[in-house]
Amino acid sequence: MASTENEVRISIKSDEDILSARQEGRELGVRLGFGPSELAMIATAISELARNLLLYARNGSIICWAIEREPKKGIVIQATDEGPGIPDVEAVLKDGYSTSGGLGLGLPGVRRMMDEFAIVSHKGRGTTVTTIKWKS
Amino acid sequence: MQASRKRKLRPRSQSGSSGVFTELVEHLRKNRSGLRAEWARRVTEAQLLTAMSEDEILTETTSIYDNYIDVLATGAVEALEAYARNLSEKIIPRGVETHEVIGIVLLLRDVLLRSLLAAYQSRADLLTRMLDAFEPAARRIIVTVAAGFVHERERIIHEQQAAIRELSTPVLPVREALLILPIVGVIDPQRAHQLTGQLLRGVRANRAKVVVIDVTGVPSIDSTVANHLVLTVEAARLLGATAIVTGLSPEIAQTLVTIGVDLDKMRTVCDLRGGIEEADRLLGYRVTRVNDPSEQAEQWEGS
Amino acid sequence: MQVPILKQGQYLIASVQAALRDADLIDLRDSLTEKVGTYRSRGVIVDVTALDVLDSFACRTLSDIATMIRLRGAQTIIVGIQPEVAFSMVQLGLKLEGVATALDLEEGLEYMSRRTKRMGHGQHGK
Repeated sequence: MASTENEVRISIKSDEDILSARQEGRELGVRLGFGPSELAMIATAISELARNLLLYARNGSIICWAIEREPKKGIVIQATDEGPGIPDVEAVLKDGYSTSGGLGLGLPGVRRMMDEFAIVSHKGRGTTVTTIKWKS
Repeated sequence: MQASRKRKLRPRSQSGSSGVFTELVEHLRKNRSGLRAEWARRVTEAQLLTAMSEDEILTETTSIYDNYIDVLATGAVEALEAYARNLSEKIIPRGVETHEVIGIVLLLRDVLLRSLLAAYQSRADLLTRMLDAFEPAARRIIVTVAAGFVHERERIIHEQQAAIRELSTPVLPVREALLILPIVGVIDPQRAHQLTGQLLRGVRANRAKVVVIDVTGVPSIDSTVANHLVLTVEAARLLGATAIVTGLSPEIAQTLVTIGVDLDKMRTVCDLRGGIEEADRLLGYRVTRVNDPSEQAEQWEGS
Repeated sequence: MQVPILKQGQYLIASVQAALRDADLIDLRDSLTEKVGTYRSRGVIVDVTALDVLDSFACRTLSDIATMIRLRGAQTIIVGIQPEVAFSMVQLGLKLEGVATALDLEEGLEYMSRRTKRMGHGQHGK
């Protein structure tokens, strides 16, 4: 998968890909002018989302791109996969939910760090988590 | 993103209209000095740009006029956007307001229109086509200039607010390894975020082992901010500092308990003085009086 | 990528230089556990100043390191967590509970000397 100047696309197949995704995501954030504390949150969110893909999903990828909603500018971080889908989305969004002995999905945390958060999941077909951080 | 949507002003239409446009631009260029002077006169008459001197008005109206004609001629609006932002950056601190900026651009359009009317009134058909060409372009120019100005204004206000927030919450190094963060006023989520950043950076810069966060001056705290406070305390710990929260009023304490904030996660002391004493204890200090204060004062005066 | 581990008196200092793969973190854990036994160290200081992200796996491993080192009778302290990293961590709920932390290497060493002094001699597991 390829990345261009304003978009990052990484297929997550190994833990090395997690590092690449967060490195490139961070670099995109730098190009968009985010400050250090926002960059840390962007990189951490990517890391967590990517880890979920590695642990639980088939054919997962991380896609990041720049977004503008006059007058705000921001970055979209999206994690998408082809399965197995999350059976109970509400449950995984409850604080304290965790599987795999503490590694869990960390979605409530990701939602806290990002400004906008949306998740769509179909059992058997796949999940897409979309988050946005706006530049302050 | 922007490169792919290079905005053009000139409508791509039938043959002949580009001829009309060319003649229009020609006319405006030929009569440049007269029209520009007329415009400057009307700006002064309407009492706009009073914050600027005559020389400045002369310089800027010349630039704006030339830019205006250029945009009409080339159809490219990016240069105008850049110019508008640039100009705005200069005049906003001088106190020029939005209605003045919109006003002068409208006046310019009026001056140019009247000039076209005067020159081409005998050729109604050509005049109509000229107006057809001129109108959307002129409208786009006004919108671009106004939007550029407003955008710049918002950016400046935003910057000033950030500066005020930063100033209003100083992190005070009191003793070695002890920081005090007195917070006064309402904390909204954005300010809470900024406070955390300041606190953590302060811990690192001052190598603080204890931070006393005093909220005596905060009237109320909602659950978002309360949870944020807990997170701040936890983050400070990761940097090796213990945070003590002081000045929680009984009302706020009640709210926090009702919301379900785990107060065990925070050390709290009822007032700032108590907080500093607790901090001293944690740091291993003991404060002892050496002299009678009045003696001390005499000594200072004598020397 | 290996994390360099230095012996400084009774302590081991592991300085992370760059972002770590999962395998590197596991190696670090096993390496430290082994070396504490070999050198009979009293304490381990892990310096994460260079890390711009501490995600759930990294925190879990740091926690495991502290547990395993404790089983060997020694103390662990994590130093150098950057302010932005700390704030991201706590938002994810990663608090490194039960693991000592300090600002930097200097503070870490100070902590160790205070701690091991208090504990006195001879508490080494095999």
